[in-house]
Amino acid sequence: MGDPMRIRAAENNGIVEVKILMKHDMETGQRKDAAGKLIPAWFITMVSVKAQGKEVFAADFGTAISKDPFLNFKYKGSRGDKLLVSWVDTRGDKRSDEASVS
Amino acid sequence: MNLQRREVLKYTAVFGLMASAGLISSAQAEEWNKAAFEGKTIEDVFSVFGAGSPDKSSAVILNVPEIAENGAVVPVSISTTLKAQQLAILVEKNPNALVAQFFIPTGTEPFVTTRIKMAQTSNVYALVKADGKWSMAAKEIKVTLGGCGG
Amino acid sequence: MHANAQSTADAIAKYREMIADGNPAELYEAAGEELWKKPAGPKNATLEKCNLGLGPGVIKGAAAQLPRYFPDTNRVQDLESRLITCMSTLQGISAQEIIDAPFQQGYKKTMDDIVAYVVTYSKDLKVNVSTKHPKEKESYELGKRAFFYEGGPMDFSCATCHGSTGKRIRMQDLPNLTTPEGAIAGWGYWPAYRVSNGQFWTMGLRLNDCYRQQRFPFPIYGSEVLTALSMYMAVNANGGVIHTPGLKR
Repeated sequence: MGDPMRIRAAENNGIVEVKILMKHDMETGQRKDAAGKLIPAWFITMVSVKAQGKEVFAADFGTAISKDPFLNFKYKGSRGDKLLVSWVDTRGDKRSDEASVS
Repeated sequence: MNLQRREVLKYTAVFGLMASAGLISSAQAEEWNKAAFEGKTIEDVFSVFGAGSPDKSSAVILNVPEIAENGAVVPVSISTTLKAQQLAILVEKNPNALVAQFFIPTGTEPFVTTRIKMAQTSNVYALVKADGKWSMAAKEIKVTLGGCGG
Repeated sequence: MHANAQSTADAIAKYREMIADGNPAELYEAAGEELWKKPAGPKNATLEKCNLGLGPGVIKGAAAQLPRYFPDTNRVQDLESRLITCMSTLQGISAQEIIDAPFQQGYKKTMDDIVAYVVTYSKDLKVNVSTKHPKEKESYELGKRAFFYEGGPMDFSCATCHGSTGKRIRMQDLPNLTTPEGAIAGWGYWPAYRVSNGQFWTMGLRLNDCYRQQRFPFPIYGSEVLTALSMYMAVNANGGVIHTPGLKR
């Protein structure tokens, strides 16, 4: 189970702006460790965001998304919406976190 | 996940494992677009997407800094006045051009901000798919390594 | 097209502005909050009674008044040395194990998270460090001496890079830590998340790396000289606004 995300979501005039920080090393598979060995690729591949159970955003990531990925998007929604953000990575690790729209 | 995202080549390997472990559904296992992410050049990626030669469009807005102090974290923001269902970020001189794809259901704005890695100074492309048609915008971002402190 | 110095500075300002929102240090802060409240160590206790100078468990504003003299240990302590005290006295964790842990691993990783948590609660406050106590005065003077002390194979001191205004290494401006404006630029923005390596650096790690760059031997973590240097910077920065956790190249 991955580390917790930070999710901030605020509604303004019917638009909810969502900002997400995910904790993940996002290894490209091209870095070498101190011993000169390649560190294997390990990265989040898919992210899904649901509001009230309906998907409002999704992303496919490659290795070139920065470490500790950040996402910002906007959807039509309301204060009090229940958000569920989920990701999976190349090791099969996953993480889901919930947040309420303020 | 949304079945409309399934314009992709199917593959097994890594995701077969996840699906068999019940961690993601079989439908999801087939969705990560391996061929697109393995594309070396922007043309490779355009070809996998079936985007042909996308038109440069002023309706696609790519908001990026001209200079990135560090190539490990480069902020990129895409927005468009087109009714887009799909957005993508490509970096011409990265080992693999496609950085990420984003899927915009109805009710969501065609807008995203994220942070990407850039191997070196390069053109960065915002690709947008709206009503089956692909458009794009491009900008150069200079990548500096910066000094020892700061 | 030649970028002149001003347009380069503007471009970099835009880069910094664009990444300012959503500092990954928040991920460390969230972990630190959990650690503060979670029983740990041989005594199976939380850190909720840890006194950072404003009373047991008071976190708001605590980092802004550190380093300071603590009667219970009879010495001046900075945030990290004080957290070592709390982790060892309240939780029974060996101080030496914390000191010896490699940076960013084991107990140092715990420290990273807790530091991120604590400094977040001094963000936007003003540095308010006292030198009323004789040991605080002494710490400041020791810090000043250490700051100007030249040594190592290159005869560098902190002042070599940070002792006058307008210095720069490649594209990084170096703050003059002897002035109020320069001191807050340093003291007010570290600890920070460094995008270049995706790591959260506490002040202890930042100072350790300065010594590495000067090719000095590494200082002992939590030791008096590091507290003294922190005291020197903090007092010089008094009145300045704190921006920690920072976000750095």
